[in-house]
Amino acid sequence: MTLLALPTRKDEAWRYSDLDALAAAWPVPAATRITVAEGESAHDHLLQDAADGTTAVYDYVIDIADNARFDFHLLNMGGKLGRVTFAVTLGKGSHFELNGAIIGGGEQTLEIITSVTHAQPDATSGQTVRSILGSHATGNYLGSINVARDAQRTDAFQSIKAMLLDRTATANAKPELEIYADDVKCAHGATVGELDKQALFYMASRGMDPATAKTLLLKAFVAGVFDDVAQDDLRERFEAAALAKLGTLV
Amino acid sequence: MLTIDNLTNEIDGKAILKGLSLQINAGEIHAIMGPNGAGKSTLAYTLGGRPNYDVTGGTATFEGADLFGMDPHERAAAGLFLGFQYPVEIPGVSNLQFLRESLNSQRRARGEKELNGGEFIKLAKEKAGLLGLDMEMLKRPVNVGFSGGEKKRAEMVQMGILDPKLAILDETDSGLDIDALKTVGAGINAIMRKPDKAVLLITHYQRLLDYVKPDFVHVLAAGRIVKSGGPELALQLESEGYSEVIAA
Repeated sequence: MTLLALPTRKDEAWRYSDLDALAAAWPVPAATRITVAEGESAHDHLLQDAADGTTAVYDYVIDIADNARFDFHLLNMGGKLGRVTFAVTLGKGSHFELNGAIIGGGEQTLEIITSVTHAQPDATSGQTVRSILGSHATGNYLGSINVARDAQRTDAFQSIKAMLLDRTATANAKPELEIYADDVKCAHGATVGELDKQALFYMASRGMDPATAKTLLLKAFVAGVFDDVAQDDLRERFEAAALAKLGTLV
Repeated sequence: MLTIDNLTNEIDGKAILKGLSLQINAGEIHAIMGPNGAGKSTLAYTLGGRPNYDVTGGTATFEGADLFGMDPHERAAAGLFLGFQYPVEIPGVSNLQFLRESLNSQRRARGEKELNGGEFIKLAKEKAGLLGLDMEMLKRPVNVGFSGGEKKRAEMVQMGILDPKLAILDETDSGLDIDALKTVGAGINAIMRKPDKAVLLITHYQRLLDYVKPDFVHVLAAGRIVKSGGPELALQLESEGYSEVIAA
């Protein structure tokens, strides 16, 4: 994904991005390459917490060999532009799992862009992304799943949900499937919603102040994204960072 | 404890309450009965401060303070509890989490010390036991997958934990079978039948009043209290029907 020239809005993968913020940081660092060898399991994570006003772009190119597994946990919440991309190629019988959260406020643009290629049969992939956007923030998920002609019995899902805290915030969710095999299961769901007003009144009627009530609902909304982080200290770091960020939004 | 004077309100521009007055003192249990559409639930929601239930006239004074000048969560912290006819489901938030945050929010607002995990669990166990609700139920998300009866029991557990001064219970008896009605009635008595507390029961039927004996019964029709009396009024309503009693 190393680009030589500054992209434009005509480029699909940059359509909803913040190109001014990108130009300020151009050229972006080279992609991180990750290879998971045959039969191996690996995991990685990113807590993208760049300083206000800065630009953070992370590109991952991931090869998962036959019968291997790779798990990635992502919290994308820092910077004026925070963009994380994944270009994943799956071998036979392998698995890729992305659990991601976007939490943004102010004028932030936060993006997760994925391209998952099922190149061989019997591979599975799962992508779960939860976005919470307040003020004038924009949260983008663009995810393509590409199933090659021979990649029979592919099983892939994308579960994308966004919560808008203000009517001025924007969520873009664009799952995309390109399938050339004929025995394939690809499930995708994308929703954009607001906090449940009935629930907020119910919570208020029990004495919860609005900030506490909203935070509790939002914690429930992103719950699950970090549940299966194996290391306790890392999971706690994710949860604490998410909670601190939520505190600035409600 | 609560004085409502000439209350009028509207929802989406439609007048519902049309000059309702009511005085509830500490130690009293009041029942409001009335036909469908009389404004019973509207009264409960208006006192609770539900958005879009706009007060257009009149006052409500709760423990000396202007009730309508407070936000819903402030009313709760001041000691008001609203029992919902249709308790709301909140996926992903456990009852215990929900109640601990609620109680501690109230305690913070009143300048009291928050309860720690151990203290809270002890309290929750005690109140759940009172209503015959399994603690396991309280670990589950708020009202999600609960039967009608379980929701109402859970509401009463909430009331027990939050320990309000005044409970406004909106058709707490709906959806309850006879056994659950007994349990819930006993729960209301145990939690609220005290000299420093009061209850406003909103109900269609006499049957809850067999278990929670009201001191006063009021008939609400077309947005106003048209008749008040003692427990015998509820029995009269049950035998003669609303239209007879209202016309008399």
